[in-house]
Amino acid sequence: MSKISNAFKNGKAFIGFLTAGDPTVEKTVEYILAMEEAGCDLIEIGIPFSDPMAEGVVIQDANVRALKHNTTTDDVFEIVRAVRSKTDIPLVFLTYINPVFFYGYEEFFKKCGELGIDGIISPDLPYEEKGEIADIARKNDVDVISLIAPTSKERIQMIANDATGFIYVVSSLGVTGMRSEIKTDLKSILEDIRDVTDLPLAVGFGINTPEQAKDISRLADGVIVGSAIVKIIEEHGEDAADALKEYVSSMKEACN
Amino acid sequence: MSRGRYGEYGGQYISETLMNELLYLEEQYNHYINDDEFVGELNTLLREYAGRPSLLYYAERMTEDLGGAKIYLKREDLNHTGAHKINNVLGQVLLAKKMGKTRVIAETGAGQHGVATATAAALLDMECEVFMGEVDTKRQALNVYRMELLGAKVHSVKSGTKTLKDAVNDAFRDWIARVHDTNYVIGSTMGPHPFPMIVRDFQAVISAEAREQFLEKEGKLPNAVIACVGGGSNAMGAFYNFIDDDDVKLIGCEAGGKGIDTPYNAAALTKGKIGIFHGMKSMFNQGDYGQIAPVHSVSAGLDYPGVGPEHAYLRDSGRAEYVPVTDEEAVSAFEYLSRMEGIIPAIESAHAVAYAMKIAPKMDKDDIIMICLSGRGDKDVRSIAEYRGVDLDE
Repeated sequence: MSKISNAFKNGKAFIGFLTAGDPTVEKTVEYILAMEEAGCDLIEIGIPFSDPMAEGVVIQDANVRALKHNTTTDDVFEIVRAVRSKTDIPLVFLTYINPVFFYGYEEFFKKCGELGIDGIISPDLPYEEKGEIADIARKNDVDVISLIAPTSKERIQMIANDATGFIYVVSSLGVTGMRSEIKTDLKSILEDIRDVTDLPLAVGFGINTPEQAKDISRLADGVIVGSAIVKIIEEHGEDAADALKEYVSSMKEACN
Repeated sequence: MSRGRYGEYGGQYISETLMNELLYLEEQYNHYINDDEFVGELNTLLREYAGRPSLLYYAERMTEDLGGAKIYLKREDLNHTGAHKINNVLGQVLLAKKMGKTRVIAETGAGQHGVATATAAALLDMECEVFMGEVDTKRQALNVYRMELLGAKVHSVKSGTKTLKDAVNDAFRDWIARVHDTNYVIGSTMGPHPFPMIVRDFQAVISAEAREQFLEKEGKLPNAVIACVGGGSNAMGAFYNFIDDDDVKLIGCEAGGKGIDTPYNAAALTKGKIGIFHGMKSMFNQGDYGQIAPVHSVSAGLDYPGVGPEHAYLRDSGRAEYVPVTDEEAVSAFEYLSRMEGIIPAIESAHAVAYAMKIAPKMDKDDIIMICLSGRGDKDVRSIAEYRGVDLDE
């Protein structure tokens, strides 16, 4: 059983995302610990990439900020090392596949295993291409998190059967970013997925208010928030810890 | 080879949200490309609207001046809208229409693909939006206005390097939000499967015609086919029907920019490394940790940090060779062809002209070179004047 399942043992899970190196490597460590303290059950660490095609403007800008001072994949591993010396919270990487490919799959996943990264989410690695990393990730006890989108339909069973850790259910069409309203019929998508798997289902894309978190956690096992957290970091820069704690605890509370 | 793969290259590295749409596109493409009515309609458009077949022109003065191989120009610049782009666009926009889509989007670098897409959208009564890097909207301001005249909406892309790769990023971002009513009319043999295959097939008309024209005019095939390569669509089209003719050398000319020993080039095959980006595994200019590198070319159409996967495969298999051509060489060739033949080539195509100028003198007088003259150079006049330090507004 992967450590990711621990994230879903404390009521409905609140999953937070931030971009590594935004605003600095040191601050990323501090913010991860602050989010955990405020009730985050799992943290997604974004490895910055020059061309984050699946992201909206808020997370695109965070990638630009992180790369401006050359945050490297090795820096991100150092963030993980520092965080792991303080906490056992489940950690997953959110990364486009090219930085991983370039680093070398063997080397990358070996490091993930050693440092205690529990999973990887890659927005440009659909089911058809998962074979790139599946065996190497498994060998190093890293779950490859599968995404299911509102357009997945008859692909749901195939994806769910092969999934590990949790399933990332994409709430809406489009890129990441805060949305005032989620129009997708999430209830029926989640039911379709539950028909074929017992894995926890966490919903992300667009969620930013406690009201949305409350509504979605009635249907799903977890709520994923990225852009709203990154926006707080953008606004508060190096002094974001308190604002992050306040936001995360309000969201975690709304989930349960 | 497995589906959508060219050796180890190609594939479908794209968001799950787009996967069903890509599968549907492939299925619909396979259906329509075998449908006589669709093929008939497309061929009529290519003939009556785009002006195909394009001429295979013997460049006599250039041949005599260089004193070696006979040089022929495949005149894609004479197509409606002034470049090879229309071949692919008519196919893809007609396909989108048959699929019941009401809107098409496109990325564009030099603006030729955007203009072609806006043109086809006007003709086939589709809504059209074009994504273009802010830098390119300035380099190619005339093409922005052309697209708007044709009824398209042009988005100036301000993220990243503000050039072609960023335009592709934003086109994908738009598509993922509107897959239900929109087709992404991709402009080159790149992106996730089935795009590299679809674009190649629609561009293969270039070599299909050229093959017949050479047999008719010369009674034999050319010794070398030379084309410029950004994403690689005119080159793939010019190469495709010659791939099985082992005696025909296939040569792609990449943007060498200010030189391949400087960071200011866009030669993905010469200087890039294997990677995964824009939906495909291929060769990309990238930095130490797999960050996509900013690239440079005097030509907006070649200013792209990657190359289509089939070119990477043709290179590895030894069937085609790829050479860098610098900005300076391309600009000189741009001027040379203008004076020598009275044909102003696109600065992209001038890269192929430049390489032909290098090798023709060393070849036999019985040998034949085909240059794919992928586009006309009117759009480039201003930026070449600027390159030469001529102020047109004085």
